[in-house]
Amino acid sequence: MDSFLTSRVVTDILGGLTNGAIYGLVALSLVLVWRATRVLNFAQGAMPMFATYLGMGLLSYHWPYWACVGVCLVAAFFIGALTERVLVRPLYGKPEINPIVVMVGYLIILEAFAAAIWSTTPRSLPAPFSPIDWRLAGQPFGLSPFSVFEVVTALVVMGAIVALFRFTRIGLQLRASALAPEVSRLLGVRVGRMLTLGWMLSTAVGAVTAILVASNFFTGLTPQLMDGIFAFGFIAAAVGGLDSPVGAVTSGIVLGVVLQFVGDYLNSNAIILVALGILIVSLMVRPNGLLTRSTARRV
Amino acid sequence: MITVERVTVAFGAVYALRDVSLRAETGKITAVLGANGAGKTTLLRTISGLVAPQSGTVSLDDRVLTHRRTEDIARLGVGHVPEGRGVIAEFTVEENLRLGAIVAKVPLEEGLAQQYEAFPVLGQRRKQHAAKLSGGERQMLAMARALIARPSVLLLDEPSLGLAPLVTAQLMATIAELCTSRDLTVVLVEQNASSALRIAHHAVVLNVGTVVADAPAPEVAADERLRQYYLGMVE
Repeated sequence: MDSFLTSRVVTDILGGLTNGAIYGLVALSLVLVWRATRVLNFAQGAMPMFATYLGMGLLSYHWPYWACVGVCLVAAFFIGALTERVLVRPLYGKPEINPIVVMVGYLIILEAFAAAIWSTTPRSLPAPFSPIDWRLAGQPFGLSPFSVFEVVTALVVMGAIVALFRFTRIGLQLRASALAPEVSRLLGVRVGRMLTLGWMLSTAVGAVTAILVASNFFTGLTPQLMDGIFAFGFIAAAVGGLDSPVGAVTSGIVLGVVLQFVGDYLNSNAIILVALGILIVSLMVRPNGLLTRSTARRV
Repeated sequence: MITVERVTVAFGAVYALRDVSLRAETGKITAVLGANGAGKTTLLRTISGLVAPQSGTVSLDDRVLTHRRTEDIARLGVGHVPEGRGVIAEFTVEENLRLGAIVAKVPLEEGLAQQYEAFPVLGQRRKQHAAKLSGGERQMLAMARALIARPSVLLLDEPSLGLAPLVTAQLMATIAELCTSRDLTVVLVEQNASSALRIAHHAVVLNVGTVVADAPAPEVAADERLRQYYLGMVE
């Protein structure tokens, strides 16, 4: 039993789950913005990165860790709201390419600003839990308190978002505003506020992700922190279906596990190739995502 | 009471409404009739603030509605059941009703119970997705969703569209009954002039954006010229 738990397969699965939880969270944040405003947010990694610098910078002033996390989330809400109101709102109803160009430009500007203010030297963040793998009979088995924390956080965040959408008045209005903005307004829903709220939630989910990524000893906090992760999160969202929060997180986790095996058994250079291959094949087979119910809309 | 005063709406160079005035009295059904493209839907959309008029005003009792936001107009008590009903197909029947109750001042459970009593078929199917409802049931749902907020005004855009004659007759009876029992101001836009005139107290006939008749419903129904030229009611 012990040798099974420390075997290569189990270690890969556990490592993959941890990475996949991160991809799933990025995918979830993309889905939140897509559902609300039909914008593919290419600055989805950069906005939370900025919030993380703002909040975690307070560690140098001896603020407690969890207070800094709180500041990160508040900063993320603020950045999300400001972005939607100032940058995105004028783009509604314009050709689909416009928001894409604007958000790519925004990504570059945010990363350049962050580099100018905080430099590109990685900052190490303290991990709230030990990142050292547990050992069984002297052998590490691919799971540390911190990686458990990552997976649990991803599941809790996803659960909270799903519960918000399904069971609350605000969630009902968020969904209605995304599906039928005009009808929602006729029923008195303040659709503009709901769209802003969608961006705020998305950036906050992003901030949770950015903190987890930056807490990794080998990466640290840098302006380009989220670039690579964003690519995998994007693939997960596209494969799982941009309209489905549960689909996004699930496909993120599956993608993490698959890519871990690819990296371990094939070659770590093959990871991105396989990821892109999965994206292309899934777009060819199910363009709306593997996990979305394809219901034709009848109004 | 809804008062529309000298409202003009243009989309580019095309006038959708030109100098349109009308008054919809409280507790009465005012039918707005006319052919396709007469401006009936634009009139309702202007009342709800979805379309901004070039000139003229819309008021609810003494309150001017012009230039207010649609969601604020809805919160003032104007319920609008749009063309095509606007039922959210991805939502269950109950979710649609809960959405309508967002601005309601009565508790949700009480509102739901009332609508299920008024429209029993919705109660039976409340957990089902609205996509599964028939046309008539969807119209019931759209109306219940507007009514759950306890509006003082109900704007109905072509409620009979796509319904069988028998269902239309039932629907019209329901509208008439609601109007009296809740003292609603109803503005009923219809292409189906004969059905609408059967329950309306007052009727306004639009033709390419202008009012060509504004009279008690029985007078409009009896006017041979209107029937023939604008309402397509040829015997």
